[in-house]
Amino acid sequence: MTKYIGKSIKRVEDKRFITGQGRYTDDIKINGMTHGYFVRSPYAHAKVKSVNIDAASKMPGVIKIFVGSDIPETIAGVPCGWQVDFKNGDTMKEPPHPLLVRNKVRHVGDGVAFVIAETRAQAKDAAENVDVDYEILDAVTCPKKATEAGAAQVHADAPGNLCFDWELGSPKDEVAAALASAAHVCELDFSNQRVVPNAIEPRSAIGHYDSAYDKYTLYTSTQNPHLIRLLMCAFVLGIPEHKVRVVGPDVGGGFGSKIFHYAEEALVTWSSKEINRPIKWTAERSESFLTDAHGRDHVSNAKMGFDADGKIVALQAYTYANLGAYLSTFAPAVPTYLHGTLMQGLYTTPKVNVDVKAAFTHTCAVDAYRGAGRPEATYLLERLLDLAALEMNVDPAELRFKNFIPPFDGVEQEGYQTQVALQYDSGNYAPVLERALEMVGYDKFREEQAAQSNGKLLGIGFSTYIEACGIAPSAVVGALGARAGLFEVAQVRVQPTGKVSVFTGSHSHGQGHETTFAQIVADKMGIPIDDVEIIHGDSDSVAFGMGTYGSRSLAVGGSAIVNSIDKVLEKGAKIAAHLLEASADDLEYAEGKWTVKGTDKSVAFGDVSLTAYVPHNYPEGMEPGLDFNAFYDPANFTYPFGAHVAIVEIDKETGEVKLKRFIAVDDVGNVINPMIVDGQIHGGLAQGIGQALHEGTVYDDTGQLINGSYMDYCMPRADDFPSFEIDRTVTPCPHNPLGVKGAGEAGTIGSTPAVVNAVIDALWKGGFKVKDVPMPMTPERVWTAMNN
Amino acid sequence: MGHMIKVNVNGKEHSGGVEARTLLVDYLREDLGLTGTHVGCDTSSCGSCTIHIDGKAVKSCTMLAVQADGCNVTTVEGLATNGNLHPMQEGFKEEHGLQCGFCTPGMMMTAIDFLKTNPKPSEDEIRHALEGNFCRCTGYHNIVKSIQYAANKMQTSV
Amino acid sequence: MIPSSFEYKRANSVSEAVEMIDADAQILSGGHSLIPALKLRLNNPGTLIDISKIDALKEISDNEKSITIGAGATHASIASSSVLEKHAPMMVQAAREIGDIQVRNVGTIGGSIAHADPAADWPAVLLASNATVVIQNKDGNREVDIDQFFKGFYETALNEGEIITAIRIPKTAANKNSVYVKFKQPASRFAIVGCAVALDKDGGNVADVRIGLTGVSESAYRASSVEKALSGNTLDDGLIESAVADVTEGNAVMSDHYASEKYRKHLAGVYVKRALRKLL
Repeated sequence: MTKYIGKSIKRVEDKRFITGQGRYTDDIKINGMTHGYFVRSPYAHAKVKSVNIDAASKMPGVIKIFVGSDIPETIAGVPCGWQVDFKNGDTMKEPPHPLLVRNKVRHVGDGVAFVIAETRAQAKDAAENVDVDYEILDAVTCPKKATEAGAAQVHADAPGNLCFDWELGSPKDEVAAALASAAHVCELDFSNQRVVPNAIEPRSAIGHYDSAYDKYTLYTSTQNPHLIRLLMCAFVLGIPEHKVRVVGPDVGGGFGSKIFHYAEEALVTWSSKEINRPIKWTAERSESFLTDAHGRDHVSNAKMGFDADGKIVALQAYTYANLGAYLSTFAPAVPTYLHGTLMQGLYTTPKVNVDVKAAFTHTCAVDAYRGAGRPEATYLLERLLDLAALEMNVDPAELRFKNFIPPFDGVEQEGYQTQVALQYDSGNYAPVLERALEMVGYDKFREEQAAQSNGKLLGIGFSTYIEACGIAPSAVVGALGARAGLFEVAQVRVQPTGKVSVFTGSHSHGQGHETTFAQIVADKMGIPIDDVEIIHGDSDSVAFGMGTYGSRSLAVGGSAIVNSIDKVLEKGAKIAAHLLEASADDLEYAEGKWTVKGTDKSVAFGDVSLTAYVPHNYPEGMEPGLDFNAFYDPANFTYPFGAHVAIVEIDKETGEVKLKRFIAVDDVGNVINPMIVDGQIHGGLAQGIGQALHEGTVYDDTGQLINGSYMDYCMPRADDFPSFEIDRTVTPCPHNPLGVKGAGEAGTIGSTPAVVNAVIDALWKGGFKVKDVPMPMTPERVWTAMNN
Repeated sequence: MGHMIKVNVNGKEHSGGVEARTLLVDYLREDLGLTGTHVGCDTSSCGSCTIHIDGKAVKSCTMLAVQADGCNVTTVEGLATNGNLHPMQEGFKEEHGLQCGFCTPGMMMTAIDFLKTNPKPSEDEIRHALEGNFCRCTGYHNIVKSIQYAANKMQTSV
Repeated sequence: MIPSSFEYKRANSVSEAVEMIDADAQILSGGHSLIPALKLRLNNPGTLIDISKIDALKEISDNEKSITIGAGATHASIASSSVLEKHAPMMVQAAREIGDIQVRNVGTIGGSIAHADPAADWPAVLLASNATVVIQNKDGNREVDIDQFFKGFYETALNEGEIITAIRIPKTAANKNSVYVKFKQPASRFAIVGCAVALDKDGGNVADVRIGLTGVSESAYRASSVEKALSGNTLDDGLIESAVADVTEGNAVMSDHYASEKYRKHLAGVYVKRALRKLL
């Protein structure tokens, strides 16, 4: 039955990419296409006193220049897709996010004018000559400072820059009492710094209004074309959804940053009708740094209490979350339901409280970036655990074993109910850490560490994480403030010849869906994988879809495909029964044919499909055709988990940290394509390690992004990493048909604290008992920790 | 328009006029329609635009089209011969050296030039050789393996 | 990503290039300092004069008392030069540390030093090597000692209308015993500290030493205090440790988000020590 599932099938999509035939948005040309370029604010906070386009309008090739006041009142700003209300029940502050600003800019990069010309060069030349008169105002960039008295205000209708405050878990006084009676309390003040997603393909969008059909097409580098269409039609432009086609062609990485609906998409779409020509806009990298939604940016204080045996008795976490200047699509969900709900981790902690204040600042918007909230939660927990182990002089691995939730499979044993709302589906946590220790050679490492004396400090760091992904049961997220469902859609269309076209609402931008999904279809239908084609990314060919993020494609999108296949096979069996003159109940389906049980009478899949489309000899009253869709809404989130271990070496003279080894043992449930899952883990690790050691935005006090280019923002390179050592355990998900959990974010979620913990361990073993070195742990910061 | 240039790209002669300021990558993508060469940054850092000029890896975003006048240019579209993948292309497919595929053409072009000067590289040497190419998807792990695959294959085929 | 418009002229010889220069013109050699600046429109010349096709500028020649490196020699050609490897290994080591494969294939030594980025590698090495810069203008050639060449932040002794044609590295005993070490800014991979040392020993004593530092101050400089402390003394760990005490003396140390003044100064000491230890 499983000819393909579980095998490392080489990717079918590779051929076009390795031969230069991938088709990304900027590769697309349309007859008559024009080019757009944005005039963006060089200031973080300023009044726009005037915008003079006279000189620019007269420049060669210029077709039209739009400024804020040209956008009709009927066009709304960019909407937010998730509402999180204040503790007292007040609605969250949701200030408008205009497509182009009229009076005031609120972050460097805010759009002031949109120049359209015959060529990209002409548009850029003209944009340089748009004359904007600014009155510069004070800015604030830190989410904690933003809430303090006297801070510059981002929006008049969000006093104290507070978007909402939020709390989850046990009552605070109970947590406080547990901490008060704890044998040891580990406390840490830290920040989880802002990072830039940096998909290597810059964002790009082409708007094309076709007056012949009164229809708009938007090509855009997106992770979810249908969601963009829904948001843009219903909430921004007010144009009918059936008159808009959104295509997400090949997309060069997303990591969350291409989930969101951006102003540029709506502007090129709207403007293309205004000028009656197609318009392409592609971000320059400097522009991406200023306008792609960023990730993380939390300032936190946390306390974890332990009893005399090392059992965790309570956790209290306070976090200030930076939302940036405007609310991006999923921004409110990230520091709340994707963060606070994971604060129990893998542990039996009886009292947990999470308190979050979400603030506006004069910075680029912050939204989901690979892991989204879960890396921040994991970072908080795992830092506290390793630090507590150092403070209490106990082994950090032992401390974890002592606190793990006992195994449960979600079938025989119920799911595990945490103190922070979630019910974990299935878990068996000790084996991942046991396996990781075995791979490390833990005892030997500790001996080596003790013997180290060459001017280097060796350290080891742990992180055992859990995440919630496979997002998400629509009713649950709806109750938590989501303004959309989070189901997924699939259509399995069997062609008359028995070849299969599968339409999925998931979007592949590196994840290899065209291969993984085809493996599932080929195995479930017993046909060769070459007979299957996976189609995605076009709202006109795919019925609907919610897209790819939150490690949901396989758990939710894959399940929708399985359910569609079940419908196909159910009808196919009836046709087969008719052809075999047998009862459908007496048939079994295997290897592409229906056989009458206990006989050699059979009919092949292709004969059944042909019959469905040439229904001459056909069951009475049955519709022709063999084409089914399914909408799959999961029963729960899925909960992958794992153990990550980092080994680092610090150069005492310079503070340089070298990552010597990285071991990751992850449990992502059942695995369809091990090669692809490993690849997802590798990529996730690199991003998580990147945050620990290399990446992080630097805003100055005026709100300028000091390191907004690859010359200043450290993108991890090949020589920043060792080869990764990875393995996995398998604890199937009990509530979806494939038993899969999701692998896209695991690497990022687990890895960051492991690396930081390793550096702290090295410092302690070297006699430098510091609690924290801020990320990214640059040589100077580590050196300072040793030389204060 | 501007300057007349003559360039041999992937074995085919092209001639045409370009503005002095036209970058080679824009000439390849816009004028010749060779969109396999990508632009990922504006600071000559990411390497997505890497091509070969007279056999050497060059960032085509950091060269003017007029400078390529009279040169032999190879882009990713020119790697496969008679429908047979170059060993480097094969390596990237076999070892899962790509995910979104955006950095891949540039990675392969750099790696091919690198193997010319160092046909039997160590893992460290490969990692060092990729310092001018960014990948955000793979963590570089399988890219290193892909290049090792190609190196082995090219050794045995010599 | 798109430069402002400019005129483009290709020169077939240096004399032709010199004739083409006017106040609004800039020289295009490898272009790996210039074109990035053009793309970001930080630099908007009226005319570019392309000297990259002049083959004569690309040669590295072995003369009796010196090695002459054409200004158009690429970093890659220097990195693979056996004659430089033999007579001034720090040149080869530095070339290998510049940029990446692609940058080294095109970027040139002349273009780099004309640009005089305070964090570029060549200035440190050339200072340590006691190089001579050969410059051509409408009146002919002139030569500038490297000690007089770097004048400040992106400033050199080049006058308007002048083109660097070659760099001469003397074949000294010190250059033969030379080394370059670098602490990289991790994003740009330019130097936070780049240290080149050329050192000749007479017995155990330092007979001749030149130390160039880049990345530390607004312009590359010679660590004179260290050179002085070393000269005539026996090179050992103790001397090295004491000699670097005032490594930044007389030079304002730069500070940025990646490395503060204090840390940079510390690193300068560490890297001078590391370079010297390699020559023990």
